[in-house]
Amino acid sequence: MRRIWLTLCLFLAAGGIAVGAQGASAKTTLSLVAYSTPKDAYAKIIPAFQGSAAGKDVSFNQSYGASGDQARAVAAGLSADVVALSLAPDVSTLVKKGVVPSSWTRNRYHGMVTDSVVVFVVRDGNPKKIHTWADLTRSGVQVITPNPFTSGGARWNVMAAYGAERAQGKTDKQAIDYLKKLFKNVPVLPKSAREATQVFASGKGDVLLTYENEAIYANKKGVHTEYVLPKQTILIENPVALTKSGLKHPEAKAFLKFLWSAKAQKLFGDTGYRPVVKSVARSAKYRFKQPKTLFKINSKALGLRGWKSVQFRFFNHDSGVMVKVIGR
Amino acid sequence: MTARYALRFGALGYLAFLLLVPVGLVFYRTFEHGLHPAWAAVTNPQAQHALWLTLLIAAIAVPANTVFGVVLAIALVRHRFPGRGLVNAVVDLPLALSPVVVGLALYLLYGTGGWLGGLSQHGIKILFALPGMTLATIFVSLPFVVREVVPVLREIGTDQEQAAETLGAAPFTTFRRITLPAIRWAVGYGVVLTTARAIGEFGAVSVVSGRIEGKTETLPLYVQSQFEGFNTTGAFAASVVLALIALATVLCMRMFRPKEAR
Amino acid sequence: MAASSALAVSRPGAVLGRAGGGLARGIALGYLSLIVLVPLAALIWSSRAQGLGTFWDEVAKAEAASALKLTLVAALLVAAFNAVTGTAIAWVLVRDSFRGKGIVNAVIDLPFALPTIVAGLVLLQLYGPQSPFGVNLAFQRTGLVLALLFVTLPFVVRAVQPVLLELDREMEEAAESLGARRLAVFRRIVFPNLLPAILSGVALAFARAVGEFGAVVLISGNVPFKTEVSSVYISGQIESDNPAGAAAVSVVLLLISLGVLLLIGVFRHWRTRHDR
Repeated sequence: MRRIWLTLCLFLAAGGIAVGAQGASAKTTLSLVAYSTPKDAYAKIIPAFQGSAAGKDVSFNQSYGASGDQARAVAAGLSADVVALSLAPDVSTLVKKGVVPSSWTRNRYHGMVTDSVVVFVVRDGNPKKIHTWADLTRSGVQVITPNPFTSGGARWNVMAAYGAERAQGKTDKQAIDYLKKLFKNVPVLPKSAREATQVFASGKGDVLLTYENEAIYANKKGVHTEYVLPKQTILIENPVALTKSGLKHPEAKAFLKFLWSAKAQKLFGDTGYRPVVKSVARSAKYRFKQPKTLFKINSKALGLRGWKSVQFRFFNHDSGVMVKVIGR
Repeated sequence: MTARYALRFGALGYLAFLLLVPVGLVFYRTFEHGLHPAWAAVTNPQAQHALWLTLLIAAIAVPANTVFGVVLAIALVRHRFPGRGLVNAVVDLPLALSPVVVGLALYLLYGTGGWLGGLSQHGIKILFALPGMTLATIFVSLPFVVREVVPVLREIGTDQEQAAETLGAAPFTTFRRITLPAIRWAVGYGVVLTTARAIGEFGAVSVVSGRIEGKTETLPLYVQSQFEGFNTTGAFAASVVLALIALATVLCMRMFRPKEAR
Repeated sequence: MAASSALAVSRPGAVLGRAGGGLARGIALGYLSLIVLVPLAALIWSSRAQGLGTFWDEVAKAEAASALKLTLVAALLVAAFNAVTGTAIAWVLVRDSFRGKGIVNAVIDLPFALPTIVAGLVLLQLYGPQSPFGVNLAFQRTGLVLALLFVTLPFVVRAVQPVLLELDREMEEAAESLGARRLAVFRRIVFPNLLPAILSGVALAFARAVGEFGAVVLISGNVPFKTEVSSVYISGQIESDNPAGAAAVSVVLLLISLGVLLLIGVFRHWRTRHDR
C-alpha cells in the first residue's frame, strides 16, 4: 500500500515539474522597475514601443511594487535599466547610491513622465457627502490612506492635506493639528497605494485618499465608486529615469524618449494619468478638470520647500512630524 | 456520554470554522464563474512561469536539504564534537524564526554593501535572482529532514552498523545497506514536509525576489500580485493550485507518518 | 520504520563515526554555516554596525516596542488557546471514534502545508468586510489572532497525539473503578503525563505565532500601535529603507526564537525523564 502511495507522490511531483517554462528570445532585454500603479499603463505602452522601429526586438523584465521598496531593491542590486517611481526622492536615493546619474532631471520635463492629483474616492452616490478637506475630519468618517513611511502615494496624500490647509489660510501649526485629526479617522494603514485601493474595494472605509489615476483605475476594475476633486490639492509628478546600466543601451534611451511621445502619453492618459506633454494634455480627450487651487511640492508660499526639506521634516524615521501624527 | 459528544462537536466545529470553511471558500470563489476563467487564469504564461519557478526552487531545495539533512543527522547522533549542542539548536532555528528575518539576513549579506555584496560586481547574481530565492527556501525548510531522521537514528542504535563493519564492509556500503533502509521512511516524511514548506514560502522569498514578472515571481508571490491587481479570479485560481499541492502533501504525509500517529 | 527499532542503546564512535566521521561533520557544518550562520551573522553585524546605542534606540522606538509587545501578547494568547483546543482535538482524534475521523486527522496538517499568503487571502475573504457571514474581523486585533490560530493549529495536536496514544489506559480504568470522577482522572492521571508534550507544542505554536508574516500581512491592516506585529514592522522598515531598524528588531526576534528552542529542549528532556 505504501509503495503505491509513494509512486503516486513521485508521479505528482514529476508531473508538476514537467510543466514547461516559457522562454522569450529577443535581442535586448531591458529591466523596468516601477511603482505599483502604472502597471496597466505599461502593459499597453511596452507593446506599443515594441511595435515601433526603435523597440523592435526589445523585450522587458518588469517589476512592480511600493515605490520606496522598489528603490531600496534597486539600491541593493535589483537590475534595472529604467526606473519609474512615485516621487522624486526615491530617485534621489538611487542617485545617492550611485545607481542613477545626477543628471536625470536634465530634460525638457525635468524627468517627470506623468502628472496626477490627490483626490477623494467615495462610495457610490457619496452617502457621507464628502466634498472638502474639512469633511474628512468629521467624526464617523473613516479615511483610508497607505502608510506614509512605506508608500510614495501616502506622502503625496499627506502633503496634499497639509498644503490644502495652508492654502486655506491656516498656519503651520494648525495644518499639523489638522493632520493629527485626519489620522485619527484612519483605521488602516496599508503598505502601498494599490493595497489601499484593495482595502477600500473590499468595503472598508468611507473615503480613500489616492492618486486620481488610481481612482479611475478602480472604477475600471469594477469597484463602484466615484471621486471628488477637492478645491485645493497637490500636483503629483512621477519621475522616470535611466540607471547607469540603462544609459549603456541605446534601446533604453529610445524607450525613455518614447515615454514622452504623443503615443505613450495618450496611453498614460487612457489609464487615468495627466499627460505632461502639452500637445496631448491640451486635446479635449485628455483635458482633466482643474481644481481651484493646484499647488506643488515646492510651493514656498504654503511652506513647502521641495521634497528634500519635506522628507526630512515630515517623514524622517526618528523625529519626523508624521511619527507624532501617527503615534497617537 | 454527553460530555463526549460535546467535546467531539466542539472540536469538529472549531476545525470546520477554522479550516474547512476557508479552504472550501477558495474553491468556491475560483469556480463561481465557471471553469473557463479559472483555467485561463492559471494557464497564462506569467502564472505558468510562476508555477514552474516554484517547482524548480523546490526541486533544488528539497534534494539539497535531504542529502545534507541526513548527513547532519548522522553527525548529530553518531558523533560527539565540540559545539554539538549549538549545532543542534541552530538546526531548529528556522522552525522558530520569522521568515521576514531570514529574508532580511540574506538581503543584508548579499546586497550592495553586504559582506558578499561584491559578488554581483563579478557577474554572480544572488539577490533578486534564482540563487537568492533558493537560499531563502533552503533556509526555511532546513530542519525537517534532520528532525525526522535524528530520533530514528537514535532508536536503531549502532549494533548492525558495527556488525557490518566487523564483517569488512566499507563505511559507505554500511550506510547504503544498513542505515539507509532503516531511516528511509523518516527521510520520506521529512522530504514531504520540506516540499510543503518550500512550495509555500512567502515571507523570506518576497524580501529577496525583486518580483520581476515572469522571472523571479513564485506562485505565492503571484497570488499576492494578482490579488493587488484586482484579478481576484487569478489570485484564487493560483491559490487553488497551491491548495491542491498542499492537499497532495497532506496525503503524502499520512503515508509516511509513523503508524501509531495515524 | 518500526521494523528495525528492536535495537536500542546508541553508542558514539560507531562505523560512520571513525571512517566518514570527519568528512560528514565537515560537510554538515559547512552547509549549516553557508545557509544559516553566515546570513544570521551578517544580520547581527548590521544591527550593531552603528553602535549598541543605535540598536537600543531602534528597539525602544515607540512603534517598534509597541509592535513587539503586541506580537508577544498575541502569540501568548494564541499559544494558550491552542493548549486547550489542541489537547481537546488530540483527545477526540485518539479516544473518540466516528465516521470520517481519518479525514479530520489528515486535514489537521493543512495549515502547515497551505502557503501562508493563501491562508491570509482566504481568511480576509471569509472574515473581512465582504464576509458571507457578515462578521468583519479584518484590520482588527481579532483578525490577527484568528490568522495566527489558523497557522498554529497543528502544533499542539501533533505533539499531544502520540503521547496520548502511548498512554497506558489501565491506570485510568483502575482509578475509575475506584470511583474517581472522570474529570479527576483526567486532572490527576492523564494531564500530568501530557503536560510536557502540551508545553512543547505550545512553545512551537508560540514561536510560529511570533514570526508569522504571510497570513497576517493582509488581514491585520498594519496600523502602527494597533495591529502592526513585529514581522510586518520589519518588512515596513526594509521597505522604507531603514535596514538598521529592521535588523535590530530582527535580532530581538532571533533571541526570542532561541529562547523558545531552549525551552523546548528543556521540555523534551523532561519528557524523556518522565518516561523512565
